[in-house]
Amino acid sequence: MRSRLSTLFDALLPVIATLAALAVGAVMLLFLGINPIQAYGSLWQGAFGSSNAFAETLVKATPLLLVALGICISFRGDVINIGGEGQMVIGAILATWVGLTFTDWPGWLVITLSMLAGFVGGAVWGGIPGVLKAYFNVNEILSTVMMNAIAVQLMNFLLRGPMIDPSQAQLASKIPQTARLLDAFHLARLVPTRLHMGALLAVILAFVVYILLWRTTLGYRIRAVGQNPHASRYAGIQVPRYIVLALLLSGAFAGLAGAVQVFGVNYRMITDGSASGFTGSAGFNGIVAALFGQLHPLLSIPASILFGALLVGANSMQRAMQVPSALITALNGLVVVFVVSSEIWRHKRQRKRMAVAAREEPPPPSAESKKPNQAEAGA
Amino acid sequence: MISELFSVTVLIGILASGIRLATPYLYAAIGETFGQKSGVLNLGVEGQMLLGSFVAFYVALTTGNLWLGLLAAMLVGAIMGLAMAYVTVNLHAQQGISGIGFYLFGLGMSELLFQRFMGTVETVKGFPKLYFPGLSDIPGIGEIFFNQNILVYGAYLLVPLAWFVLNKTTLGLKIRAVGENPDAADSLGVSVARIRYFTIILGGTLSGIAGASLSIALLNVFQQGMTSGLGFIAVALVYFGAWRPVGVLGGALLFSLVNSLQLWIQVLGIPIPSDIAVMMPYVLTILVLVATVSRVRAPSALTKPFERGD
Repeated sequence: MRSRLSTLFDALLPVIATLAALAVGAVMLLFLGINPIQAYGSLWQGAFGSSNAFAETLVKATPLLLVALGICISFRGDVINIGGEGQMVIGAILATWVGLTFTDWPGWLVITLSMLAGFVGGAVWGGIPGVLKAYFNVNEILSTVMMNAIAVQLMNFLLRGPMIDPSQAQLASKIPQTARLLDAFHLARLVPTRLHMGALLAVILAFVVYILLWRTTLGYRIRAVGQNPHASRYAGIQVPRYIVLALLLSGAFAGLAGAVQVFGVNYRMITDGSASGFTGSAGFNGIVAALFGQLHPLLSIPASILFGALLVGANSMQRAMQVPSALITALNGLVVVFVVSSEIWRHKRQRKRMAVAAREEPPPPSAESKKPNQAEAGA
Repeated sequence: MISELFSVTVLIGILASGIRLATPYLYAAIGETFGQKSGVLNLGVEGQMLLGSFVAFYVALTTGNLWLGLLAAMLVGAIMGLAMAYVTVNLHAQQGISGIGFYLFGLGMSELLFQRFMGTVETVKGFPKLYFPGLSDIPGIGEIFFNQNILVYGAYLLVPLAWFVLNKTTLGLKIRAVGENPDAADSLGVSVARIRYFTIILGGTLSGIAGASLSIALLNVFQQGMTSGLGFIAVALVYFGAWRPVGVLGGALLFSLVNSLQLWIQVLGIPIPSDIAVMMPYVLTILVLVATVSRVRAPSALTKPFERGD
């Protein structure tokens, strides 16, 4: 009973953290002279007010979920992948290239190949920082950030030059965009909304990642390396290899997210010069969603929907109340800070629980005699 | 056209703007060096810079006083540093991730405030170039070294100052001890928490100045997301410089010179696609990280929260 209550408490921590962030947001709105109740009301309306609004929420949630799945893998392996933005861009570029090249092939085949291309593109872009970390000791946080910047410039270069829409190439002021994908290559939609097959794919993959992490040797090893690289090495696990795999897989899911955005939503790539112009910052917000879902692939599903709702709602809030939608970016930042900060209470209670368990069972002979005593004093 | 790149005027231009462009990197990276030396990785630099950049610009625009703008940026950076310190020191939050939170907060907040209070891009008259009688008139050297604004000189002065504080003072000794072996420092009566609060708040303040240097000294405008990854590069420069102020200076100069070269390549219309040219500094950073990181050792307690054992 007691343990069930505490599990419930653990699950509620991110919710509390989000409510706290929304409360801070309300104070900020008051300072800006905006009624927070009205603002949040229009946010809710925009996200859930109609079936079409909800469909939009799911459309926004799809790339978040895909990125979040990758984040679940890498963070469980104790590698921090901040390169989601760049991985999405590269995945999208490769997928778009496939979609624009094999125009006389059947639709199902091109779609499949394009999704695979996105997966591979992201895997390469995540795998490079993985190799750099595993074999050259380069901090992956830094290298993934650099890879983001490189990906953006690569996208700008390709969309202004080699991959530019032929109809734009002749114009004096060229829009940096690719040609539009053939209708046959679009992911199927739930008409009349914009909700597309990619959403279903993401949910299926959430289950796949769950199985991967908890039912396969690969997943077990990634998690083992994440929890204790030294013990894993003694257990004969090739630690560097699993560091690379964790980042590579993480990037692959982000790359797939990029491919899905092109084939499900935009049908072409267009650049405003920044990564977020294409990704909508999903590479970062996916991290927020994954943390909110406690790095669990299945919990990441509702988490992604929540943050998708915030993004869609923010747009309608901007229209109705003239609240810049950047508010949501700031609140997302606060959610991240609050969620990682609230971890301390989970750890404290986990230690308490271990202390209780240690008192009930005799400690194993190898355990330090100090720990249970110390815990008893605390309990 | 390539030969134009090697004419004296262009070389002087490249060096002068290279010296100038190193400014924000120096402030931010020296601040980050203090944090990392004490064992804290602050990844929120970019967010602190963005907010500092906006606040400095807005205050300077409305009051007409650049120093007030700079002060406001320092204050905002310090407050964000204080929040970061509480979260990392007291709540033991994972630093890599909480830093991303602070980044997103600064990104969103600066854009929100910009849209709410300004809406359109405006310009201010930033810190003027200083004139040194005699020195500024020396051909070449005068333009490169003696024709910059006061924030540029401040950034370069910070390097020996940081070296002195870190290596020649008791405070510096405490900072290094806390970053290498917090348990030992603690047992000698050094307050790990107080030292880390100090370094993180100092880092935030300097990041605020870094942001201000962009908006009221170098570019004299504020635009959404105008730091464009500069804060993250500053963090990389600390690794690059092997946690030494002189190393950071070297990295900042290398980076800003490549950047300046890249700008001049575009100005001269040399047929290298500008996107590829812009990419170069980032590629360079990765390569240099590969070359240097494996040879030097980070502070042992970097990113590890300190908990007093009994």
